[in-house]
Amino acid sequence: MKTTSAIAAPAQDRAFLLGLYQRIVLIREFEERVKFLFLEGTMPGTIHQCQGQEATAVGVCAALQAGDYITSTFRGHGHALAKGLSVQELLDELFGATTGCCKGKGGSMHMGNMDKGMVPGIAIVAGGIPLAAGMALAFKLQKKPQVVACFFGDGAVAEGAFHEGVNMAAIWNLPVVLVCENNLYGASTHIGKVMKNPKISDRAASYGFRGETVDGNDVLAVLAAAQRAVEECRAGKGPVLLELLTYRRTGHSRRDACHYQPKDEREAWFARDPITRFAEVLLARPDVQQADLDAIKAKIEAEIQAAVVNAQQAPQPTLANLTEDVFA
Amino acid sequence: MKRQGIAEALRDGIAEEMTRDSSVFCIGEDIGVPGGWGGAFTVTLGLSEKFPGRIIDTPIAELGFTGMAVGAAMMGMRPIADMQYGDFLFLASDQLINNAAKMRYMSGGTIKVPMVMRAPIGATGRGSQHAQSMERYFTGVPGLKVVAVSTAYDAKGILKAAVRDDNPVMIFEHKLLYGSKGARAEPGAVDATSDIPEEDYVVPLDRAVVRREGQHVTILGWLLMAHFAAQAAEQLAKEGIEAEVIDVRSLSPIDYDTIGASIRKTGRVIIVEEGPKTGGVSAEIAAGIMEHCGESLQAPVVRVASPDVPVPFSPILENAYRPDVARIVAAARNLTQG
Repeated sequence: MKTTSAIAAPAQDRAFLLGLYQRIVLIREFEERVKFLFLEGTMPGTIHQCQGQEATAVGVCAALQAGDYITSTFRGHGHALAKGLSVQELLDELFGATTGCCKGKGGSMHMGNMDKGMVPGIAIVAGGIPLAAGMALAFKLQKKPQVVACFFGDGAVAEGAFHEGVNMAAIWNLPVVLVCENNLYGASTHIGKVMKNPKISDRAASYGFRGETVDGNDVLAVLAAAQRAVEECRAGKGPVLLELLTYRRTGHSRRDACHYQPKDEREAWFARDPITRFAEVLLARPDVQQADLDAIKAKIEAEIQAAVVNAQQAPQPTLANLTEDVFA
Repeated sequence: MKRQGIAEALRDGIAEEMTRDSSVFCIGEDIGVPGGWGGAFTVTLGLSEKFPGRIIDTPIAELGFTGMAVGAAMMGMRPIADMQYGDFLFLASDQLINNAAKMRYMSGGTIKVPMVMRAPIGATGRGSQHAQSMERYFTGVPGLKVVAVSTAYDAKGILKAAVRDDNPVMIFEHKLLYGSKGARAEPGAVDATSDIPEEDYVVPLDRAVVRREGQHVTILGWLLMAHFAAQAAEQLAKEGIEAEVIDVRSLSPIDYDTIGASIRKTGRVIIVEEGPKTGGVSAEIAAGIMEHCGESLQAPVVRVASPDVPVPFSPILENAYRPDVARIVAAARNLTQG
């Protein structure tokens, strides 16, 4: 695992770096608040959260431009916030309100907003991979310079859809960045039980393209790797497989207490938390003080609090909405 | 006006749509290989020379290329996906049912998936896994439109309507009706040729069509069974039984206006389906008839369908499996004399 960050040019800019920090903290605070609302019983549905994995979403999305797309999974809150969806449209969606990003018809597992470049989450494991390859095929046929970043987990690698989508992306050099967030567990099952070769990036070579394993809890390392991958894809040299090593601090879903995660493993990964690590990088700069980081967090807390109040009063669907939006 | 079979009519329809709209392309297995067949039933023969780069041959990866068609459609393309045999749709069904059909609804009505999936079906001497009637597995999926073409005229017009539709449309075709020629000709093929107009036309995706008028009994069928129903009606006419034959054509949604008008006239209905009786489209149609015009029935609905067994290989067994003209005639006699 890499321990140093190759900081790309824009990443040296103070405002840019604080922007990344803001996004990471926003995702953590959002997820913690959602967890509270869910456990409290005021929020419907189920949830799959990404505490501990914030740097993967933020690093990859920061390498994309307006016009680029992402596909996501059932664990998509972080991807959505990183791609620029608003706290309000996400919370409204989680409360099933018509003002949500999918009018309350998507829910936690299908967050998305095409105007902001995010396909609603594909909650079937690996189901987004052929889809993303098809989006990239469209860009190629349309001669557009766009790129799609396709997020999936380590569990997706065992699916046939991974093989089929990745193979076709490879043979046609499609502009898709395949982003595997390897958090060591497919639901409760450790990757050691389901992979003979647990180094997921090795798979790229067998399809004839480049793969790379990156410290997924180092947002600057993720950003640098994603920038390289996006550049290659835009130059017609895609796809690229990024394996981002990270860890889920919370349960797979709902009230999962993670009893399958060994204590020493959890402690080791908690010590590599993406927020505290990035804060250390930032505080090493002469132009960033703890007060700056505190102010960012305070502002986020206030924003989320206000959004929760709004979401709880947001308009709920009427029965007429039930049969709308089936066909175009 | 020219006389064409279904394969030729589909080929011309695809070519015309690709000429009209640069976002239309074809994707599937063995559809554009130089020196190849132009798909298993010659529908895309010659199109790869005419449209370089737009007839995309894929690996043998039905789930993968179907997902790619969905993704490309979401980005403004209009893919025509070619499933070599309908039976392979089971491999692709996650992308069709979970993504293509639901994307618009899950997104709160913001995404369009204007894709076409073409798939051949029918028991044709190939045993159990290249023979199933697949339409039943998709007619109950909200968000999909499902049609079945039994004549060359309909095939071209429905293909064009499907390409222009902003939703995922599944077109089922029958291997015995293509009129494929040369080495790809089918033994036991049935003539489904039509006079095809020179000018552009479409056939609506939601309308059944009356193929023959009659007042004693309504016979519903689609694909090969629409032809067998028409042949049965000719025989029945010699016995003084005038059957009204309807090609259901649109399997989702089902056109109960056309079906209901006929049943209100005849009071009797037979639904003919190639495929096992249990859980078939004919069960859905029977229930729909009860809801829409059940009070007009003078006798219970009759179904003529295949038995609940896999499609057999032996020609003797296969012919016994598939409903034929004799079974339809016998059912009509029973129903009208009862």
